[in-house]
Amino acid sequence: MRMTISEKIIASAAGLEKVSAGEIHTVNVDRLMSNDGTTHLAIDMYNTLLKKPRIADKDKLVFIIDHNMPADNPKTAAAHKKMRDFAREHGIAFYEGKGVCHQIMMEEYVRSGELIFGADSHTCTYGALGAFGTGVGNTDFLYAMVTGKSWVLVPPTLRFHLTGKFREGVYPRDLILTIIGDIGADGATYKVMEFTGEGAKAMNINERMVLANMAVEAGAKTGIFEPDEAALEYLENHGRKPKYLFKSDPDAVFEKEYHYDLSKIEPVVARPDNVDDVVSVDEVGDVKINQGFIGSCNSGRIEELRTAASILKGKKIADGVRLLISPASNTVYLQALQEGLMDIFIDAGAMIMNSNCSVCWGGCQGVIGEGEVLISTGTRNFKGRAGHKDSKVYLASAATVAASALAGKIVRADRVIA
Amino acid sequence: MKIKGKVWVLGDDIDTDIIIPTEYLAMKSIHDMKQYAFSPLRPELAASIRPGDIIVAGKNFGCGSSREQAPEIIKSLQVGCVIAKSFARIFYRNAINNGLLLVEHDLLPELVTEGEDITVSVGEYIEHKDKRYDLSPLPTNLMEIIAAGGLVEAMKKKNSRND
Repeated sequence: MRMTISEKIIASAAGLEKVSAGEIHTVNVDRLMSNDGTTHLAIDMYNTLLKKPRIADKDKLVFIIDHNMPADNPKTAAAHKKMRDFAREHGIAFYEGKGVCHQIMMEEYVRSGELIFGADSHTCTYGALGAFGTGVGNTDFLYAMVTGKSWVLVPPTLRFHLTGKFREGVYPRDLILTIIGDIGADGATYKVMEFTGEGAKAMNINERMVLANMAVEAGAKTGIFEPDEAALEYLENHGRKPKYLFKSDPDAVFEKEYHYDLSKIEPVVARPDNVDDVVSVDEVGDVKINQGFIGSCNSGRIEELRTAASILKGKKIADGVRLLISPASNTVYLQALQEGLMDIFIDAGAMIMNSNCSVCWGGCQGVIGEGEVLISTGTRNFKGRAGHKDSKVYLASAATVAASALAGKIVRADRVIA
Repeated sequence: MKIKGKVWVLGDDIDTDIIIPTEYLAMKSIHDMKQYAFSPLRPELAASIRPGDIIVAGKNFGCGSSREQAPEIIKSLQVGCVIAKSFARIFYRNAINNGLLLVEHDLLPELVTEGEDITVSVGEYIEHKDKRYDLSPLPTNLMEIIAAGGLVEAMKKKNSRND
């Protein structure tokens, strides 16, 4: 067959035996997600531009309010109302105040082997379960909502072989930042990043999400893992079954192969304003911080909260530093509560936010002012991403963020613990 | 299709949050937002761009978010086209869907200086200082979408032909 996982998913969505990189195919989309970033725009287009608007299959649609949740001004409240009313009128699955859209999608909808479009760039997260998720704009979303179809240029695949084990205090977050630093913010443009090898297999689904989620930060169309026992167990625990369990064929064509020994990965940060400006935490120099953030579709799950709690336990964050924590969903929030993590955070002086995109998107809460420095587990560190155009964002693991909040400056977690 | 205009030169990795920062996305219309285009990097730029001007940039233009306001805002400033060494994938698709012409070219961004005039003959060549640089033709379906002014308009045209 000579196909990669991604090619097999696209072939099945296109109703074809075989597809190859570079071909353009019309595909049936298994599911469509849209959030409050742009859904109101798609609804306006639906209502005003189309002659006889209709929805191809309402059961494929999911609307999630997570970017400005809860609404922070009358304009976002109006956008939310439009989305809420439209969802009710058309019987579309609708979530608000439940968590970040990709976390909800993983908990409630994504199945291995599906082709999913989301009107959000981090839709690539779903590759953690072996689904082909990709971000689109609101026009592509509208087209797929109305026709049930879209087109895909079959991307070539870059394969990342992961071997070995992380050393203590090193996390998947450090790995994906390291990879993006190596290949660049356009290193995978219009390609798939497929993660494989014993190191990939040893990761649980939440850890795989950390990798797949950031694929778009290297320009990739998606990031993907082969669905295995861990994926099946995740699906079963969430009451679902896979659609297909595709594997890349031994003779599939990969554009390039990369090898990473996890035991050699160091704690790293991405410096402002580029996701690919990655250095070891030790090399970053004396960087004082004003705020730390732990959360987002990249790193707001129970693993990151446990890691942060283990570092913050019994300690106080530095004077003048704010630490904001937003669990990726209410499910994660409740688990953290039950495990006593929230007590640890509050005792340490952190603020617990509701489950939403929060500081990562720089929209509705925890924005930073002129000249301020944020260290974040979010997805991006673009200029002005978290607030004022002359503020700075460093990206790091939850461990590095927690340790830095204690120290008041960017430090490695093991230096604080020691 | 020929575009002749003055160039504005930007660097590599011009991301969607530079093209239109998050804080302005809640504004009622693209028209309200457009004064803030590129504001984190070049606050004066949006007011200086004249209809038909051309933006020239380095690699990975439009990286980041899927926010469609990014290509829409460039279109609303009546930019003739954006020439870059490369474009991020989601932005590329969104731009085509909004009828914004994008031209990929390795060499030109190295050669032009801000304020110069260039001519782009779509799918044929770019002319700069009396020198012509070849362009590869755009696929017909993409050209149809751009000529119609975006995906929705192109669909309407197609449907009315079929009616």
